[in-house]
Amino acid sequence: MVPDFDRGDDAAQRFRAAALPYLDDVYTLARYLLRDSDDADDAVQECYLRAFRHFATFRGGAIKPWLLAILRNVCRAEYARRSASPVVAGADDDWAEQASGGLWSDPSSPEAETLRRFDAAAVQALIARLPEPYRETLVLREINDLSYREIADVIGAPVGTVMSRLARARALLRAAWLAEEEEP
Amino acid sequence: MTCDEAEVLIHALIDGELDAGHARDVEAHVAGCARCAARFSAWRDLRDAMPVRGLRHAAPASLRSRIERAVPSPAKTDRRALLKGFVAGGALSALAATGAGVVILRQDRDDIVAGEAISAHLRSLQADHLTDVLSTNQHTVKPWFNGRIDLAPPVVDLAAQGFTLIGGRLDFIDGKPVAAIVYRRRVHVINLFAAQGLAFAWRTPKAQAVQGFNLMRWSDGGLDLLAVSDLNRDELEEFVSRFSEATRKSRQG
Repeated sequence: MVPDFDRGDDAAQRFRAAALPYLDDVYTLARYLLRDSDDADDAVQECYLRAFRHFATFRGGAIKPWLLAILRNVCRAEYARRSASPVVAGADDDWAEQASGGLWSDPSSPEAETLRRFDAAAVQALIARLPEPYRETLVLREINDLSYREIADVIGAPVGTVMSRLARARALLRAAWLAEEEEP
Repeated sequence: MTCDEAEVLIHALIDGELDAGHARDVEAHVAGCARCAARFSAWRDLRDAMPVRGLRHAAPASLRSRIERAVPSPAKTDRRALLKGFVAGGALSALAATGAGVVILRQDRDDIVAGEAISAHLRSLQADHLTDVLSTNQHTVKPWFNGRIDLAPPVVDLAAQGFTLIGGRLDFIDGKPVAAIVYRRRVHVINLFAAQGLAFAWRTPKAQAVQGFNLMRWSDGGLDLLAVSDLNRDELEEFVSRFSEATRKSRQG
């Protein structure tokens, strides 16, 4: 009685109404994860196509984390492609070393100072330099405004991991921020 | 609480992730520990220093239109071919067949149905669109739907309960023909939509406020029913319970 394309049409309409309002969120995450606007364009388009194909398997609840999880998978495929080219490898590792080498300090001294206010472009640059797992968690929390539970779902890790990554991410960001203030 | 425990929980406190009990514990620790108090203010300062709005990126218009072209819009006429390609996706059909996606999608679908019901209500308030059959007599309104829609909508007289029947009309929600039965209390119009296959399946009416309107949905006697009005919630609930009572009585004969 009901032709197939009507059901499909219905699905397309539902998908558009549900998913398109989060386009800026998805694009924002793509920009931070890939650090390149052309790659981000491609990743976001691929994300929406995949999301539409799998819309029937969407388990309900909030659609934003679901879309961001798909985007993350698309981006990880892009990382894999990039790591085949030797140029970019290493940048993150330096950071990780600095991080574990105690170059970032715990702000526990009572005279912990107030951070200077930077403009958005400067803060974007600081975030962009964070190592990947910390950058991802920080962006999901601070910019995409997800809850810990939602971040855990997106990155496929326990909430405890989210919490420790977020703590580390903020420590790294604050250290980078203070270092930037030192710059002439 | 130790400082080690507090170190991570302070972030959760700032992020509003702690329940009241844990939040009090962390706050108590921070109040009594200079080191953790310094951490707390440093992290709060960092959060305040983030120009969050400016950190977002707006998707370029070209990207948006590329995606809109790729996901077919109902207005386009060449959508069939495109959709077949999408719908044929293997993972989708396999999972859809298990029914796993169905329950969940209902949430979005419910939102669409609610939105369309509000639109239908608003349309009905425009001049001369409220009723196709104008009558306060249920025995005139009910037969009017015969042959116009594939169901027998429940039309009951609620004048004694303070809801005046005004008439009925045919409308569409979610692409389906629905019977709209129109009642009025004082200056407030109530549109009661009856249809099959809107799939609410709530025996107990579910109330919701959308765009300043009150909306109640429930299923009864094999029909999905949806009442929309600018009437306050208490009175709309009263309407629904009077209506249900009266239809039950009329069914029993």
